[in-house]
Amino acid sequence: MMNLYQTQRSMRNMRRAAMQRGVVAILDVGSSKIACLVLRFDGSTLGRDEGEIGSLAGQSGFRVIGAATTRSRGVRFGEITAMQETESAIRTALQSAQRMANMRVDHVIACFSGGAPRSYGLDARIDMNGEMVSEQDVARVMASCDVPDYGDTREVLHAQPVNFALDHRSGLSDPRGQLGHTLSVDMHMLTADALVIQHLAHCIKRCDLELAGVASSAYVSGISTLVEDEQELGSACIDLGGGTTSLSIFIKKHMIYADTVRMGGDHVTSDISMGLQIPTANAERIKTLYGGVKATGMDDREMIEIGGDTGDFEHDRRTASRAELIGIMRPRVEEILEEVRARLDAAGFEHLPSQQIVLTGGGSQIPGLDGLASKILGQQVRLGRPLRVHGLPQAATGPGFASAVGLSLFAAHPQDEWWDFDMPSDRYPHRSLKRAVRWFRDNW
Amino acid sequence: MRAIRPQSRLRLDPAPSRLAWRLQRLMLTPAVRVGLRIGLPVALVAAIGLVWLGSADRRAALRDTVLEMRRAVENRPVFMVHMMQIDGASAEVAEDIREAVSIDFPLSSFDLDLAELRSLIKALDPVKAVAVRVRPGGVLQVDIDPRTPAAVWRSREGLSTVDANGAHVAVLAGRSLRADLPLFAGDGADRAIPEGLALYQAAAPLHLRLRGIVRIAERRWDVVLDKGQRIMLPETGAIEALERVIALDGAQDILGRDVARVDMRLAARPTVQMNQDATREWWSIRQLSGQ
Repeated sequence: MMNLYQTQRSMRNMRRAAMQRGVVAILDVGSSKIACLVLRFDGSTLGRDEGEIGSLAGQSGFRVIGAATTRSRGVRFGEITAMQETESAIRTALQSAQRMANMRVDHVIACFSGGAPRSYGLDARIDMNGEMVSEQDVARVMASCDVPDYGDTREVLHAQPVNFALDHRSGLSDPRGQLGHTLSVDMHMLTADALVIQHLAHCIKRCDLELAGVASSAYVSGISTLVEDEQELGSACIDLGGGTTSLSIFIKKHMIYADTVRMGGDHVTSDISMGLQIPTANAERIKTLYGGVKATGMDDREMIEIGGDTGDFEHDRRTASRAELIGIMRPRVEEILEEVRARLDAAGFEHLPSQQIVLTGGGSQIPGLDGLASKILGQQVRLGRPLRVHGLPQAATGPGFASAVGLSLFAAHPQDEWWDFDMPSDRYPHRSLKRAVRWFRDNW
Repeated sequence: MRAIRPQSRLRLDPAPSRLAWRLQRLMLTPAVRVGLRIGLPVALVAAIGLVWLGSADRRAALRDTVLEMRRAVENRPVFMVHMMQIDGASAEVAEDIREAVSIDFPLSSFDLDLAELRSLIKALDPVKAVAVRVRPGGVLQVDIDPRTPAAVWRSREGLSTVDANGAHVAVLAGRSLRADLPLFAGDGADRAIPEGLALYQAAAPLHLRLRGIVRIAERRWDVVLDKGQRIMLPETGAIEALERVIALDGAQDILGRDVARVDMRLAARPTVQMNQDATREWWSIRQLSGQ
């Protein structure tokens, strides 16, 4: 508990230092690509509280001055499996982003999708005796949450107060200054595998950079893709990535659930590779150019050169119809979406007032995916692209950059987390020791 | 059958090496960039200059060249001074100044040390203050404020004139040349000229008989009248004592009698010394009257 407070708080301080310097790098470590954006903060939003939503939806304070993407190496299922490879891939992305920005970057905010994120809902309640709620009381009620045993090998990634209630008035976003008898809080806590976070931190440290924040890519994709009313009324963002498919559920502008399915576009590619007996690079190419999930009569006649690299003429001149390709892709995409459906059902998504589903990520570009998804997930499905932010190059506006853009927004306006509040004074260990000594002296 | 194109297994890794990465970050550091853009050229030029100046021959040649250029500029006609004009001084004083300054005209104005000229001219006795400047047209203008003689001082060396503060002005050949000025004598009289002049004013009623005032032992004054008469004044309150004597003279005509000196040194006991003949006369009168 103490350790968590300290590491997250030191990352917050690092982020503040980066904002002061005005430059921070955004790093999305994915299974198929590593995207890096360099943000410059112009200082207009520093130290100013803009309320719930700032001007231009909170994206006015920064500008993207460098962007780069590189093929990811050594990452599987959003987790680092080959440290050296990933480190050099991160260096590649950062180097070209720095060159474009013409500026040195020292602080990095990273997001990743692996580590099997798991959501927990926490709540707590304290007596207020009709007094005014102060910041100290908010910290106290959050500290008194009953933390479940999430395991030694896991670490808390996000812990956000979602809802405050004072007596019988619920749905308060900021109870400070109000009067009441009992203050209760609902929190959403997201844990991830500690080793995955440590590997990422180690990789970034080996590049001589400072880690100024870590976020789950399920969360940041939701921030960038869901529009305001969707975030308010309840919606799910499904980010179809390369190695994982992450989903996050938002209501009242807060994330209340996040999960990942450990399947993604790479599995579709490997299915094509195995089904048509072609190299992975070829499979990726024909998936991108000819892929789809809904076959028509026309597709039976459209023949695709699938190629090969063996030197055998017959083998290298093989063709497959587009219907065959779709026949390979569709079951895997259906499997992914059904797995997502199961996760949404487990989270109780059907109880939300609005059940909008937004598909994003590189995988959402498969033609006809929205039709297939509406059959499996429900009627309200749309394809989402990330918000436009200042200075973002055209090449980085596709749905594959949803989490990078969302992480930029998160860096500029982070949500209040547990560790942003001061720890209540009665939780400090040296204080309690002092109190014990005093009790001992008084009584003996 | 092999493929015709070579199998290039050695694909280039796009990732920068750790060294290249660190080098790029170093080159993007603002301090390093400024250092390379400004510091490096400056250091290079400075190094070249220092190496070139390392040789004594080249230093001397450089110094000669610079001096030559300097001379060439200084000797241009606009900077030349052709004559010296002295205003506010009498002919003898002007002659003295020309002698003391002794400049060979024409001369560049850069070679003139006006401050030194000023102190040189100021050191001359008849000059109280001086302003020296180079006037347009190549004229060295010297404006003199001369000392005005206020008294004649007869010292062991001879006669000289002094101004109101006792500063030496000029040597005088004879007293009759400046009969209008009061005469002082005695060692240290020049240092007490203001007091002496005040005494002289106080002695105005005795004007026709006054010969001069003598400083005695550098502390007090004697007023010398004709017929060898002296009024000996005290160290302090000399003017009051003199006024008493003048008043006494006005009342009893004391100085018109056969008196050698009036001694006022002790204010409580003024003493009169009579001449020998007068004393003898006085004794015979006393014997005749039978006292």
